[in-house]
Amino acid sequence: MADKGYLPKEKIKEFVEALGKDATVFAPCLEGDTIIFRQYTPDKEISLDRPANTPPKGAIYPQCETLLSFEFKKEADNPQKMDVELKVNTDFPKAVVFGGRPCDARGFTVIDRVFIDTDTADPYYKKRRENTTIVTKCCNGPVAGCFCVGVGGGPAVTEGSDVVMTEVDGGYYLEAVTDKGKAVMSLPMIQDGASYEAKAKAANEKATAAVRNPFPEGADKISAELFDSGDFWGNVIEKCLSCGACTFLCPTCYCFNITDEQAITTGDRIRSWDSCMFQHFTLETSGHNPRPAKHKRFRNRVGHKFYYYPEKYDGAIACTGCGRCIRYCPVSVDISEIVGYLRDPKADPKAWAAKKEDAKN
Amino acid sequence: MTGNQNPYLPELATVTKVIEETPNIKSFQVVFNDAEKMKNFTFEPGQVGQLSVFGVGESTFVINSPPTRMEYLQFSVMKAGEVTTALHGIYEGDVIGVRAPLGNWFPYNDMKGKNILFIGGGIGLAPLRTLILYMLDNRADYKDITIIYGSRTPPDLCYKDELKEWEERSDVNLILTVDNEFPGWTKRTGFVPTVLKEEAPKADDTIAITCGPPIMIKFVLEGLAELKFPEENIITTLEARMKCGIGLCGRCNLGHKYICKDGPVFSLKQLKELPSDE
Repeated sequence: MADKGYLPKEKIKEFVEALGKDATVFAPCLEGDTIIFRQYTPDKEISLDRPANTPPKGAIYPQCETLLSFEFKKEADNPQKMDVELKVNTDFPKAVVFGGRPCDARGFTVIDRVFIDTDTADPYYKKRRENTTIVTKCCNGPVAGCFCVGVGGGPAVTEGSDVVMTEVDGGYYLEAVTDKGKAVMSLPMIQDGASYEAKAKAANEKATAAVRNPFPEGADKISAELFDSGDFWGNVIEKCLSCGACTFLCPTCYCFNITDEQAITTGDRIRSWDSCMFQHFTLETSGHNPRPAKHKRFRNRVGHKFYYYPEKYDGAIACTGCGRCIRYCPVSVDISEIVGYLRDPKADPKAWAAKKEDAKN
Repeated sequence: MTGNQNPYLPELATVTKVIEETPNIKSFQVVFNDAEKMKNFTFEPGQVGQLSVFGVGESTFVINSPPTRMEYLQFSVMKAGEVTTALHGIYEGDVIGVRAPLGNWFPYNDMKGKNILFIGGGIGLAPLRTLILYMLDNRADYKDITIIYGSRTPPDLCYKDELKEWEERSDVNLILTVDNEFPGWTKRTGFVPTVLKEEAPKADDTIAITCGPPIMIKFVLEGLAELKFPEENIITTLEARMKCGIGLCGRCNLGHKYICKDGPVFSLKQLKELPSDE
């Protein structure tokens, strides 16, 4: 099987439908002004023009999913006794994530370390991850908020993808990254791609050079002193609404809740995305809450991505710089600005307070 | 875990005995429905389990029976929220779910040959109970065992039969206290941290293990510091809101450590090295 190919633009629909022959395809679909990852059906319009508003995270890690089902059953010969029967279904169909960006694909690798590379691997995520082929579109350049190059990524980085596509000459140059990706290259509409390789490489280099790195040169560690400063966080996050949009649009956020739902004698135990920005996230039954204030919750979120996670996973950062939390935050909290500040050896904790005062005047 | 490939899948277990410890705490003795799994089940003192009431949810409780007594697993539950209220409605013979064992455990091997000081408050005696019983079942391995235990009122003391037993043993020094005078109570009164100060146990060659309400722990830690206990000799076991119990769901972290998986048992030294939410 070839590992290089070319796909003319007009064959995109045909390609996606071929990918969907024995798999569920998740693709960025145009809905009004927004682009949302949806399960593809021929009536939907795929858009690769800009990064989707949502990441494709839900294709492998659904926003809600059933972990197990339970059924109460009365014992036939003992009317006083109620038995419980449990059922688990991990018989998931094959899937393809089509048209995500390199930051989106890298997002899965962040979750992989937590959900798969552990002695208590998550069987649902693991099975879906194994079942899914990821066909990623490299970015022609950044959009507002993007900072992938600052967190070890880039507009053409292949980590997490099975195939990467680069826009060239009225079509896409395709390169297989994994064996799963090579299987995709054997589809009939894929043409020989070798002659486009150099052009794709040049396009990717150009795109990479255009992405901003918000972090000061040489400063790749967060200052513990600044991180521990409560005042700093209070000033940084005063405007936050605790709406959780940043976490729900994040390709790497994986925190979840588990709840039971029951009707009559049957029910499901359901896992749903949760948000560390919500007050209830850590609220204990006693009323005690280790992170009752939003600046404590935000500090934990930044800490998790740029401080705690790297400590645990050899320096890997739990942020892929997709910029969605910056683009779609209703009050324009900019995590790249805050982390850049925390990493700046010359940073003055009082500067944020001053900045806030300036904004008021 | 009980050998399930799926860490979310509870083992079905039957409640064989319900004990009313206090007006709002019940203990549940449970046995796995799968006899083979019960026979092969092992855990370490201090490890926890998730109890399921199907249709209501799951919560985390310490296995407070010791691994030296495996006829059943015991959990003690204070009625407080949805799951604990549902558990209080469970009768003997009812089926619940158990995911266990989860988390780490008390470093009981490192404590061998040392004096042991337990300091507990209210339901905080539950995690200490597993270690106390384990040590009493291996009594020769440990030197003096002192237990300071208190609750608001005498009816709020857990494991009353065992307290009586420990009181009568010559190889256990049990000091009971309740917050205020109470009709019929002839023993000490006063908060646990105050009693600790009055008793002033020696820090030499002694490991202190404490569990109780956060405010009690706060002042106990201060008291132990005054008594010159080194931070590595002070052990506590923590609680937080938990869902998965396997270090994934993200809510019980202290920095990069998860209480459910890397804990719940930590030394004060370990805790001081972690970022706090304060």
